[in-house]
Amino acid sequence: MEGESIYEADSGDGLGADIISTVEFNHTGELLATGDKGGRVVIFQREPESKNEPYNQGEYNVYSTFQSHEPEFDYLKSLEIEEKINKIKWLPQQNAAHSLLSTNDKTIKLWKITERDKRPEGYNLKDEEGKLKDLSTVTSLQVPVLKPMDLMVEVTPRRIFANGHTYHVNSISVNSDCETYMSADDLRINLWHLAITDRSFNIVDIKPANMEDLTEVITASEFHPHHCNLFVYSSSKGSLRLCDMRASALCDKHSKLYEEPEDPSNRSFFSEIISSVSDVKFSHSGRYMLTRDYLTVKVWDLNMETKPVETYQVHDYLRSKLCSLYENDCIFDKFECAWNGSDSVIMTGAYNNFFRMFDRNTKRDVTLEASRESSKPRAILKPRRVCVGGKRRKDDISVDSLDFTKKILHTAWHPTENIIAIAATNNLYIFQDKVNSEMH
Amino acid sequence: MGEEEGLHQTQLLDTMFVRGLKRKCFDGEEDIEGTLAGIKAIPSYNLQRQSLLDMSLVKLQLCHMLVEPNLCRSVLIANTVRQIQEEMTQDGTWQMINTQSTGQASLDRLVSTDILCRSSREQAEGKHVPGYSTFDKDFEGDQAQDNSETMSTASSVQTPRNLQSNVWEMENAQENKGNFQKSLDQIFETLENKSPNSVEDLFSEVDNSYYDLDTMLTGMMSNTKMGHCDGLETFASPTSTASNSNCKSDLNELDHIVEILVES
Repeated sequence: MEGESIYEADSGDGLGADIISTVEFNHTGELLATGDKGGRVVIFQREPESKNEPYNQGEYNVYSTFQSHEPEFDYLKSLEIEEKINKIKWLPQQNAAHSLLSTNDKTIKLWKITERDKRPEGYNLKDEEGKLKDLSTVTSLQVPVLKPMDLMVEVTPRRIFANGHTYHVNSISVNSDCETYMSADDLRINLWHLAITDRSFNIVDIKPANMEDLTEVITASEFHPHHCNLFVYSSSKGSLRLCDMRASALCDKHSKLYEEPEDPSNRSFFSEIISSVSDVKFSHSGRYMLTRDYLTVKVWDLNMETKPVETYQVHDYLRSKLCSLYENDCIFDKFECAWNGSDSVIMTGAYNNFFRMFDRNTKRDVTLEASRESSKPRAILKPRRVCVGGKRRKDDISVDSLDFTKKILHTAWHPTENIIAIAATNNLYIFQDKVNSEMH
Repeated sequence: MGEEEGLHQTQLLDTMFVRGLKRKCFDGEEDIEGTLAGIKAIPSYNLQRQSLLDMSLVKLQLCHMLVEPNLCRSVLIANTVRQIQEEMTQDGTWQMINTQSTGQASLDRLVSTDILCRSSREQAEGKHVPGYSTFDKDFEGDQAQDNSETMSTASSVQTPRNLQSNVWEMENAQENKGNFQKSLDQIFETLENKSPNSVEDLFSEVDNSYYDLDTMLTGMMSNTKMGHCDGLETFASPTSTASNSNCKSDLNELDHIVEILVES
């Protein structure tokens, strides 16, 4: 992988509002959206390839920036509602405009992004600034013509889906029918129609009658990429539930439950915490699911509920450090995971600005670092290694010198090409694979 | 948060070992520097478990009251606490640990447990939780905004102090478990639903009004099991459905609450 570009969001206020909280490519990969802790969305657009400058082809540049959510105050509970963007999902493009859904803890918004590159000139009644002309000066009639202008990107909020959630929204997912989408919070999942904002259907509710009995929450959910009736949601106990909306209106009863029995030899007080699934993603084929828990990524076959078909260790050297990680709260970090376009490689983030990629076919894996030092433009990324005692090679990092404040929680993979977007705190890195490498 | 907890852990382990023991979490290999006598001492499993329990309880309490705490994190910590407590009850070490830490009872700790405890009524009934052993945290410092709450619970602090010794002497481990369970659930509901101090600000004239709020609303006067969550849930549901609600309606409902309390 080559390091290609670095974008740093830094408004300079030092308040941490620029920490990137979500990254998402659109369905063609032409656009890349990021959301941050300050409620802003920045959209990048890929430059079309040109023959004149072959090395500049495919670079992502800022296309539009807008404020999606503002901080709010819940007067009833006397609590702030953060403006941090938890998730962005693109809608499939149906006309010249692009649309995306963005959500904070409580409110989902539908944004329409349009371009304007022409404007009419030559009105009869108005002059160039729009002021009414003195009619006595008008001696002939002209037909206004469209003249090119500097590209203007307009973003407008088209729908606001509010008041649907008592708890914090952690996922949104657009259905393959392109008409509905779902939003999931800690205890409930709602189904919305994209055109209707004052009503939503509750399709999953795991809130116990007595909150004192609560032991499990919903951590992520997603619609199946092809079957509009199927969706999956993951829990804090490490289980996945596949639900079929044809079975009943309320899908509390799962159609399939995917759960791996606990390994008794690895049992500790932290077993449950590290088994909590932080992200679930269907493969592009729709045949598999990818889950991320604290130490591993797992590939599940939809047809097999008893255990995952593949398990990859992300950073097993942390297993002996779980108590410290519990103390500093790092054990609760929610890492995301991603498939490549052909479902042959999976990727996830780790600490020290490391991210990991696993090739499912060759079973080879690599650790790379997203940092300014190692990523000058078009620099080739060097594989990194974490040593766990024993022989230490040059350039290895020891477990104790890992920086746990530098965590890569959000990653995204281009839908068809080997381009990845990595969010490291308030920096966005984009890496491209220009040469045919062994990772294919 | 890590810093303060680190200090606390050191204090805890220092009471058990000679000073100079470098605190490290009990993860795998211990790299403990020698004590005065040069004896290497690895914290016992019980001690490790206890310090994990303390850490967890502190974590549950230190939820940032400005923004609603992360429910997933709270559930996971609460489950961990339950797990430890169950194991300790099975071991029979639960009672032992309680008697050990009696001497270290401090006002700070009582204040902290009051924050967690839901009702002065329950304290009077002796169902006060015994289980939060030493953490000498400076709660006044941490929760400066809870001054009003500290004052309003000052009256009820005296009672638990007496009850504390009674509770320590309770022989029934099962009852302790029940108390602990109840208080754990209370922690859970507290942090899941509300920040007490905010309501305190509104109703600082009324003693323990926060705890009584839901009994007013739901008319449950005799129920010792505080359905606080349920009370507010019933209250909150009209505003949290899909129908459009705005801040104005929330303020109206707040006025309604004030009316009820003033009338009583």
